[in-house]
Amino acid sequence: MQSTSRSFKANAHRALNDAVLQRALGNIKTGFQEKRRRVVEALPEFEALRDSGRDIKNHTLAHLDFYLERFEEKVIANGGTVHWCRTPAEARETILAICRRREARTVTKGKSMVAEEIGLNAFLEANAIEPVETDLGEYIIQIRNEPPSHIIAPAIHVTREQIAEDFRRHHTELDPARRLEEPGDFTDEARAQLRDRYFQADVGITGANFLIAETGSTVIVTNEGNGDMTQLLGKCHVVIASLEKVVPTLDDAATILRLLARSATGQEMSVYTTFSTGPRRPDDLDGPEEFHVVLLDNGRSAMLGTQFQDMLRCIRCAACMNHCPVYAAVGGHAYGWVYPGPMGAVLTPSLIGVEEAGHLPNASTFCGRCESVCPMRIPLPKMMRHYRTREFERGLAPPMAKGGLAVWAFLATRPTLYRFVTGMAARVLGALGRRTGRFKSLPLAGGWTGVRDMPAPEGRSFHALWAERRGGR
Amino acid sequence: MTRAGPRVGLFVTCLVDLYRPTVGFAAVKLMEDAGCTVEVPAAQTCCGQPAFNSGDTADAKAVARGVIDAFDGYDYVVAPSGSCAGMIHEHYPALFADEPETALRAQHLAKRTHELVSFLVDILKVERVAAVFPGTVTYHDSCSGLRELQVKAQPRRLLGSVDGLTLTELPSAEICCGFGGTFCVKYPEISDKMVTDKAQDVVATGAGTLLAGDLGCLLNMAGKLSRLGADTKVRHVAEVLAGLADGPAIGEPAKD
Ligand code: SF4
Repeated sequence: MQSTSRSFKANAHRALNDAVLQRALGNIKTGFQEKRRRVVEALPEFEALRDSGRDIKNHTLAHLDFYLERFEEKVIANGGTVHWCRTPAEARETILAICRRREARTVTKGKSMVAEEIGLNAFLEANAIEPVETDLGEYIIQIRNEPPSHIIAPAIHVTREQIAEDFRRHHTELDPARRLEEPGDFTDEARAQLRDRYFQADVGITGANFLIAETGSTVIVTNEGNGDMTQLLGKCHVVIASLEKVVPTLDDAATILRLLARSATGQEMSVYTTFSTGPRRPDDLDGPEEFHVVLLDNGRSAMLGTQFQDMLRCIRCAACMNHCPVYAAVGGHAYGWVYPGPMGAVLTPSLIGVEEAGHLPNASTFCGRCESVCPMRIPLPKMMRHYRTREFERGLAPPMAKGGLAVWAFLATRPTLYRFVTGMAARVLGALGRRTGRFKSLPLAGGWTGVRDMPAPEGRSFHALWAERRGGR
Repeated sequence: MTRAGPRVGLFVTCLVDLYRPTVGFAAVKLMEDAGCTVEVPAAQTCCGQPAFNSGDTADAKAVARGVIDAFDGYDYVVAPSGSCAGMIHEHYPALFADEPETALRAQHLAKRTHELVSFLVDILKVERVAAVFPGTVTYHDSCSGLRELQVKAQPRRLLGSVDGLTLTELPSAEICCGFGGTFCVKYPEISDKMVTDKAQDVVATGAGTLLAGDLGCLLNMAGKLSRLGADTKVRHVAEVLAGLADGPAIGEPAKD
């Protein structure tokens, strides 16, 4: 996917002035935050579970090669194939080759952020293969021709009225006067549209929430059951997953599953948790004839052993963006690439470079709410700060900011001079602002006074007053 | 005059020093009333956050070194700010990870450093203050204090002992006000959206006064409230707790 992260500011400007988007974003609070809070409060061992989840992933990442090779052995033993892909291009070609061999004309797809990452849909279309998204949210944005704006609720930026319009425009064979108001109306209509597509599809592509080394299974969680249909009804099941999705055992997956749905949607479990272990065996009643796992690296192995390794613990629950005030203000598209919100602010520069995505780790107040809800205890603000440090050290920070910091640091390391300057500033600004108590505009402070007043100082610095009253002690 | 209580170094913070000395005097009064000997080391300036959060590690370290030197030897170091106390408490030790000797001193300082109101309640075991403040207030939990230092119940507890004061909770109290240090000038539009939402929530509580424990957030919220024409007063919580809330509120004209 082509990134527009460089124009984050312009993207954000557009988003802030888009009244429809702002209305859609208003649902995050009740839709996600409240539900998560309730279900987390109901589980006394939630904090201990977070520790376990973090430890499982840390252990796995420390022995990633071992667990991935073990996973591959098991997949092969089950009759499947693992394809190791370093780059998005390799992953796309691998999938295309499978589709070509199966003479596929349509493929059904379960929700997959890694498929977004490699730009799979556009690539398949360019090769005359029609991808059909089966997750309701993905289906909506596919007919709208938009990328997802959220990692678990891809169409969160769309209002019901817009969906109704899109469905009427797209499903022209249906009665134009039909009711399209409630979420159920949309689900029913999308399901009816998709039913035949499942049977027609030659290949079903899904993502994976976990890869289990012990058994060679891949796991997906959904609330619509569309993933199951995709992988069971297609004759060939292709799983696309990034390599950090592996966990050692079924038990480990069970532990993290307890964190995942609670953190994501505020459910105890998602409605469907589906384990796929190889293709159909002779005695099985159903299942695909072929089972492929396309394992994507795309820069992740380069994060191992760096300040950013902890990011690879991420289980894509979206709690961080659901609780992020910046995400709530601008929505997911503003971030300009596949992964938005706090996790995207760390992952995006890691995967596509800090030159491209430098804004993202800067566009944070470091309020820390993301880290406080992250089930895997990923220190997101700390890693954003690491990116700021890299940027600064490479001289990429804006010259105004660098100049300002240099002056400030010069003063702040010379207390006597600093005291003199702040004492003066307090007096001057205090005198100027005495009558009104605040400034509506101030030279060099347009960033502040453009949107809010600058309260005037009281008029004397604390240190000056203290010296007078207490003789400086 | 000698006191039996602990010897506390007040970290005034750069914003209180420049903008609102009353908060510094309120901190001194609250701690002296609780039996502390309070001193204000003259060699202090800022905690270094502007550099630290901009990725300018070298300058952050230079400023931090000054703080470590200036506050050597106190029983406690206390700041009327969760953000600055959090910087020293949470981040100084890591900042010097590659300088073992300074790291040790940083750790020693970090352990002794507290945010004012939590220091009063958790360490000094202050249960009530002798202050009067007639009116309804609402309270915003500034992010660093809340999440790095678990400052949440302590200010509410002490506010509960202020005569005449009623606290109406702010529904979005734990959501960032959009200040974020340099964030508010680097991304003014996003910051504006955040602080506008916050100001509207504050006005909707109907409280006459908004309180918080960090001057950065207070200046941001006061600036937005006045830009919106709201007449909510804005003060640092220490002013109310110390009974020093009779002067102009933040952003109010001088009274004479
Ligand atoms: S960073 Fe944490 S909260 Fe965000 S998606 Fe990943 S696991 Fe969830």
